[in-house]
Amino acid sequence: MHGLTFDVAHMFAGGLVLVSFMMLYQDRLYALLNVFALQAFVLSLSVAWQALVQDAPHLYVTAAIALILKAIVIPVALHRIVARLGIHREVETVVGVGLTMLAGIALVALSMVVMLRVTGEADPLAREDLAFALSVILLGLLMMVTRRNAVSQIVGFMSLENGLILAATGAKGMPLVVEISVAFSVLIALIVIGIFLFRIRERFDTVDVGALDRARGERL
Amino acid sequence: MPAIDAVTLILAIPAVAAAVLALLPGYRLSAQLNVLASFLTLVAALSLFVAKPEPGPYLLVDDLNIVFIALNAFVGFTTSVFSASYIAHELETGRLTPVYLRFYHAMYQVMMFGMNLALVANNIGLMWVAIELATLTTVLMVGIYRTHEALEAAWKYFILGSVGIALALFGTILVYMAARPVVGEGLDGMVWTILMAHVAGFDPALLNVAFVFLLLGYGTKVGLAPLHAWLPDAHAEGPTPISAVLSGLLLNVALYAVLRFKLLLAANPGAIAPGPLMVVLGLTSLVFAGFMLYRRRDIKRMFAYSSIEHMGIITFAFGMGGPLANFAGLLHMMMHSLTKSAIFFTVGHIAQVKGTQKIADIRGLTVTHPLLGWGLVLGVVAIAGMPPLGIFMSEFLVVSSTFAREPLLAIPLVLGLLIAFGALMLRIHGLAFGEPTGSTAPVKASYLPMAAHLSLVLMAGFYLPPPLVAWFQHVARLLG
Repeated sequence: MHGLTFDVAHMFAGGLVLVSFMMLYQDRLYALLNVFALQAFVLSLSVAWQALVQDAPHLYVTAAIALILKAIVIPVALHRIVARLGIHREVETVVGVGLTMLAGIALVALSMVVMLRVTGEADPLAREDLAFALSVILLGLLMMVTRRNAVSQIVGFMSLENGLILAATGAKGMPLVVEISVAFSVLIALIVIGIFLFRIRERFDTVDVGALDRARGERL
Repeated sequence: MPAIDAVTLILAIPAVAAAVLALLPGYRLSAQLNVLASFLTLVAALSLFVAKPEPGPYLLVDDLNIVFIALNAFVGFTTSVFSASYIAHELETGRLTPVYLRFYHAMYQVMMFGMNLALVANNIGLMWVAIELATLTTVLMVGIYRTHEALEAAWKYFILGSVGIALALFGTILVYMAARPVVGEGLDGMVWTILMAHVAGFDPALLNVAFVFLLLGYGTKVGLAPLHAWLPDAHAEGPTPISAVLSGLLLNVALYAVLRFKLLLAANPGAIAPGPLMVVLGLTSLVFAGFMLYRRRDIKRMFAYSSIEHMGIITFAFGMGGPLANFAGLLHMMMHSLTKSAIFFTVGHIAQVKGTQKIADIRGLTVTHPLLGWGLVLGVVAIAGMPPLGIFMSEFLVVSSTFAREPLLAIPLVLGLLIAFGALMLRIHGLAFGEPTGSTAPVKASYLPMAAHLSLVLMAGFYLPPPLVAWFQHVARLLG
């Protein structure tokens, strides 16, 4: 194990977890989108580093997708949507910041305990990447459940996908099929989301999912 | 090997049809083309029984998935017939516009393509992509009416479905990680046939964690409690043909993925037994859905909960394992698909003619619409598990094999079945009999799909052809 290789990869993966934490306490949408862009940027650095050390040029594609699509295009698009809807000042966490952070710490501890224990035989880099990836995934999930606003739920979901890409690139030699598919799925998801946002706006003039929780068809 | 085999066809026909339908204006022609494409897919799927192609690096047809493929193509075909008569009415009442119909038909074929691809995939990554594709198309279809409720349902489905899909991908990556030291890097680490051959040497701890993620991820798509929250809404608010394929097919496809990974785990001596996890999830879903059936006021929502109940039974049966329980699980899956989609066919027409989905507003169906009314009665009697219909037989097999092996587990199982039975009987009485309410206008329904499904279920209750039994026994042994 080369010391430097390991340390740099470690730094980027740890950076992703750190940025995930930063996302947890953003209560303005613009700030949240900026932090998400930062996370995607860190992810693209991490993937590019993996491409370099694994000598796997196809990973550069994944890194480029992360950089262009997730760090630039999607945040800009969401910025516009937020601006057009005039919801940039909305504060919409369900649970308080302190509690969310505590839950986040617990989740990271959980993923460390689980992943480091079961991957004893794998090489150390892949091991730690997986543990960090699971942390990012769980933090993304946490964000999805503690937010009520549709835009921040989408951001939570995309940060979850960032964790998946980290895991996929950490698994050495994973076929290209998967990376492309992940990137592709983000694209599809974006289309779906776009349609949804469009429709939701058209109908209710709000993207607060709480407003969608009125009628259930059967509660008379 | 011929250049174009049947496996290519069951993927190519829906793909081409989707492209054509997306371009074609005019709903009448589109509906017919949709039926035709589904029929051709069915023919191609059935031809797989005659000549099975060799497994390649991406596609695979073996004795297990051929059952799923045939069922998928059959219900896909009958639903397209039902859909043709259903959407004509939706267009008349203005709930859908021609543009949306074009989109609807194209999406229907994309969904069939996704499901077929998931079933024939020989690669765990490809299977994941296919299931995601099928999920995304159904999300779009559920939201197609653009009402308040439909959007809420689609959003919920999208969020929960994505989370499930994400967990499944993480599980898939972990399986690859477990396989890598043994089969080497690259594509081989994701191919089913290669994984199955070498799984004994994989790291069991990693496989265990992977299975938990896969079970939770794909289990969300199966609609197992407590991950079921999307299912009733998606069934109730989307177009009824989509409810029929969701219940009858998509849940099965997700279950198929779980079964594949269960096989993988079972072949590794050091890994945990996957059965108990599935048994617990299955029983929870069964009992939970049984109780929830009593409080339903929306007819489609009620049958959605009944789907959760039955997926619970099937998961339970496969979790129990062993030749008899697996046989019962396979039979039950087939019977449930046929019966539940038949019920949705009748419910679709009923909701259209009565203009409501509220159970309280629908009474005396057997008087106003004898064919639909009695069809619904027969379907509900079947789904509740009354003899002599097919579901009675499969439920009986599940219960008796459980009593023989784990009598304690049989108590919650029977309890759940009885609770659900009571709820369904209570509701169908109000729906089908008594003083008629609402519109008595005649319906332009196509009774053929409903009749075909129900007569198959009825026949299965009396007589199962020996080749089919032998086939199921063979697959049941494969499942271990």
